[in-house]
Amino acid sequence: MSDASLSSGAAPKPRGKSLLVQDARTRKRNAAEKRFRAYGMTAILIGLFFLVVLAVSIIRSGAPAFTQTVVDVEFTLTEEQYTAAEGELFKTKAYEGLLIEEIRTALDARGIEVAFDADAIQRLLGKPGGTLREHYRANEQDLGSPVAFKLAAASRVDGYLTGRVTRDALQDSRFLQGSDLDLIDALVDAGIITRAFNWNFITGADSGVDNPGGAGIGASVVGSFFMMLVVLALSLPIGVAASIYLEEFAPQNRFTDLIEVNISNLAAVPSIVFGILGLAVFIQFMHLPQSAPLVGGLVLTLMTLPTIIISTRASLKSVPPSIRDAALGVGASKMQAVFHHVLPLAMPGILTGTIIGLAQALGETAPLLLIGMVGFVARGYPDGVLAGFTEPNSAMPAQIYTWAARADASFYEKAWGGIIILLIFLLTMNIIAIILRRRFERRW
Amino acid sequence: MPILWLFLIVSGIAIAGYYLGLARVMQSAGGDRRHMHSLPSYYGGNVAIKAAVPALLLMLVWLLVQPMIVNNSVSALIPDSAIDENSSRGLVLSEVRRAADGLNRAVAQGTMHADLANDPQADPDEVTSRLQDAGAIVTSQITRPILNAAQSYRQQTQRGNLLMSGAVIVLALLGALWGLRGAQADFRARNVVETAVKMLLIGAASIAILTTLGIVLSLVFNTIEFFRLYPASDFFFGTNWAPSFSGRGGSSDLGVLPLLWGTFYISVVALAVAIPIGLFAAVYLSEYASNGVRAVAKPLLEVLAGIPTIVYGLFALLTVGPLLVSVFGRDGLGIMQAGTAVITAGLVMGIMLIPFVSSLSDDIINAVPQAMRDGSYGLGATKSETIRQVVLPAALPGIVGAILLAASRAIGETMIVVLGAGAAARLSLNPFDAMTTVTAKIVSQLTGDADFASPEALVAFALGMTLFVITLALNVFALYIVRKYREQYD
Amino acid sequence: MKDNHIAENEVATKNIKIAARDVQVYYGDTHAIKDVNVEIEDKTVTAFIGPSGCGKSTFLRCINRMNDTIDICRVVGDIRIDGEDIYDRKVDPVQLRAKVGMVFQKPNPFPKSIYDNVAYGPRIHGLARNKADLDDIVERALRRGAIWNEVKDRLDAPGTGLSGGQQQRLCIARAVATEPEVLLMDEPCSALDPIATAQVEELIDELRQNYSVVIVTHSMQQAARVSQKTAFFHLGNLVEFGDTDKIFTTPEDPRTESYITGRIG
Repeated sequence: MSDASLSSGAAPKPRGKSLLVQDARTRKRNAAEKRFRAYGMTAILIGLFFLVVLAVSIIRSGAPAFTQTVVDVEFTLTEEQYTAAEGELFKTKAYEGLLIEEIRTALDARGIEVAFDADAIQRLLGKPGGTLREHYRANEQDLGSPVAFKLAAASRVDGYLTGRVTRDALQDSRFLQGSDLDLIDALVDAGIITRAFNWNFITGADSGVDNPGGAGIGASVVGSFFMMLVVLALSLPIGVAASIYLEEFAPQNRFTDLIEVNISNLAAVPSIVFGILGLAVFIQFMHLPQSAPLVGGLVLTLMTLPTIIISTRASLKSVPPSIRDAALGVGASKMQAVFHHVLPLAMPGILTGTIIGLAQALGETAPLLLIGMVGFVARGYPDGVLAGFTEPNSAMPAQIYTWAARADASFYEKAWGGIIILLIFLLTMNIIAIILRRRFERRW
Repeated sequence: MPILWLFLIVSGIAIAGYYLGLARVMQSAGGDRRHMHSLPSYYGGNVAIKAAVPALLLMLVWLLVQPMIVNNSVSALIPDSAIDENSSRGLVLSEVRRAADGLNRAVAQGTMHADLANDPQADPDEVTSRLQDAGAIVTSQITRPILNAAQSYRQQTQRGNLLMSGAVIVLALLGALWGLRGAQADFRARNVVETAVKMLLIGAASIAILTTLGIVLSLVFNTIEFFRLYPASDFFFGTNWAPSFSGRGGSSDLGVLPLLWGTFYISVVALAVAIPIGLFAAVYLSEYASNGVRAVAKPLLEVLAGIPTIVYGLFALLTVGPLLVSVFGRDGLGIMQAGTAVITAGLVMGIMLIPFVSSLSDDIINAVPQAMRDGSYGLGATKSETIRQVVLPAALPGIVGAILLAASRAIGETMIVVLGAGAAARLSLNPFDAMTTVTAKIVSQLTGDADFASPEALVAFALGMTLFVITLALNVFALYIVRKYREQYD
Repeated sequence: MKDNHIAENEVATKNIKIAARDVQVYYGDTHAIKDVNVEIEDKTVTAFIGPSGCGKSTFLRCINRMNDTIDICRVVGDIRIDGEDIYDRKVDPVQLRAKVGMVFQKPNPFPKSIYDNVAYGPRIHGLARNKADLDDIVERALRRGAIWNEVKDRLDAPGTGLSGGQQQRLCIARAVATEPEVLLMDEPCSALDPIATAQVEELIDELRQNYSVVIVTHSMQQAARVSQKTAFFHLGNLVEFGDTDKIFTTPEDPRTESYITGRIG
């Protein structure tokens, strides 16, 4: 720095301080800088933390829905027993008696002693006699040979084994009594009570309020499927047609402006308002069947159209004008240029947007509740393809809502399990969309 | 499914017309396609469009209009005396429709002879029992006026359907003939077909307008109906929300203020969570994060936006609610009664809105020109000073727009509040209280055994109207701001 | 050691403000600036000329480390201001930029009032003790930017509402408000009309009283009009550096001559 002092005569020496020393103010400013950066980082981490908590609670709470506690008994019914039981007044009661004997023998064979009666078995298994009778009436050839039954245990047995119901907290009721717990322990020791994969949850239909164990999501998956068919069949052609018009043909006038304003506003209208629309127009005014996937599909179509139109227009816009000019230049009409050249090039983008729109529709709940697609109408599979559109059914998210709104906490686990299935569908759709985008993405 | 058959027949006529048109034009051009004005397929298309479009349009209009006419004429058949005191004409009419459906079903199944179904002197008791055997849903004993109305309904509908089938098929054939006449080599088929296609495109684009119209009309008519039964001033200024469960009777208090307050309060809590986190996340992602971090963190955050709201609802009800109760509840600070509360719903909704705020703000921050940042760095500003004093103020209008959009979304959100906020409508300042919102009450008033004529059900439409107007105003305003902002830097 | 000694002598005699030695700049794999050595004097206007893409702006941005904001940019070599290496690890670019102000190609006023635009620098660097002090600084800077008379009645109006020439003078006023010692100007007149250009050029000449001004320009006429020293860049190399008169009348390097006579560029 000697040079600086040397030249001080004429030159305005370094007015400021040396660059090599940070002054107090700069240090303070740099500290503020670090703090600010940390806030940003924290915000990201909080967001990701929520995501992790959400994922963990879904998986932890939902996984038990996929297994169930079963009573595993090998049961032989002779021809004579069958005839005798069918001859009785209370037929299922007779089967139940036979089952109890079977369980007693099994316990005795393992040298486990525990006292129980028919009521206890009913509390554990619901009405097992009916299941047995149904099986033998349908499969008479099984008479005389041993058949392995896996009878679903009541949800409270499930609860006891998973720790949701504890011995201390248990109050005797018609659902479960203290003495039953001894029986459960004994049956577990004997290997009669085991856990098995709950296929019924995936394939079954909704059960009554008092039977959480038997509830399944299968019927509402079918309902969602038919709804998505309607949405796809309507929103893709309509969305593409509307986008082509707006992007390629629409003149600059008030009518076009009106359409544009409507689309951008509809994209932000709360979904429940679409439910009101569906209720008033499709059900009250047009008298379409209530709770039908057809109506649900119509409502969701109107709801997803703006999304699909917006993304379709973006992909049409990304096709460079040179392509249109080239087609027009060889004498194609405007319509031919669009349908022969622009649309095929924009198709991957359009499909990606459509899949994302469908995924959004698949997860939508509120409008479905208003048109009656609540969970408890999903009592079984429709009897055919046409009936699939018109018969009352539910949809996955509405089914989940119904379970979550029930008083019995055993249904919560089903609700979480339903969410896992719903998210698997959504994930698959999004992955397909991503693959489509990666595979066909074009840079002009 | 006669409609399906009709549709198939019309399609068949159209397809046949297509090939006939092809053949005819080939003939007229002497088998040389170079003599034609357009490609052969356009001549076929011309015939198919003329056959199918008018016929299907007629079918659509007929299907919409016929039930209205039939309803009116049937409604006239029902004397006022046949309408129960605690019922309404609408309910009786739906009973009539159910009975008519039942008759159709019974005849189709063969459990009832067609003569009996049409006999106005038939014994209502017998009919009822037959219908129940056929598995029709008949709520109660069918009375004679209802039976007669149902028979008339059924006959008129059948006659109407028959007429419609005839008219539609004739129209389709006429259209095909009209198209075939044009199948001459010098006919400008392409221009005609393209005009028709363009009309279809315009029709598709107009669906957006029709949807808005449908929303507005269904809200307006039912809201007017509601205000006829319940004074508008009590609705807008009432501070008490207590619908009676009987479904009929003037004892209901249907004041919207507690619901609006709950909506507003929960939205404020949600925005208080989402805005700082979303904004800081956007700033970090667009200004600080390396490409690697950005490529990972941005999509992960956006996953939060792709999760259906029912999942958040369940998360609020079963995870966040109990967690908050364990901290603030009786075992903790003792200020929270139950898991469902404003704070629960608000917090979870805030999480849902984080990616919404962050990705919108991210776009907007990126739109601020680099020259602006350079100007600030060139003066010796640090990155955070540049962001806080130059970038954010420049992006402010856009960010305000984004926040308004987020607010509109919070106000219209349904599943989170239905499951997480509780059901009690109250005007309270305590965020640990359960409150309810406009959307939650729309759901609860319109699900279950809704009698659409009662003020308790109709109030949902007035609530929907309120919701629609508020969110529409917010959206229009927000879009206006965002557009203004975009123009500034374009 | 010996080199150092010579350098000090030169500083003493010629008043060297900025000294660059063997500067290389890389953009990713591209070698944008090659072996640039230059010494820029205090209270002088130095012009960088050369065809587009020759690296003159890149080199200019090295002097206040604006290139730091570009991730893929790497600077090697040694640039000293008043003998201090500005790429030393101890140097805070923020402090450096307060000392070396910059005016950009396109006027870039902040979307704030005229007053706040000028007061921005003094505020962040804490140059004013109070409001009156700040008012003073702003007025002085606007006067020095030769725009005070045009805007003194509307200091609260947005800076973006001014005309292009006014905006650029506002940006110059904004830059001088932080009391820099060096002023870098990156084609400050390229977005302006001839009248505004003349005003800015006049202003540059006045600024020479207090600052060392480095100006990148596309126009040789402008370089000839405003500068005392000129450096000619070509393809990332500093081809020739010397008195402006000499460069424009008797260039040593044939490339410089070709450029000046309009044969390349």
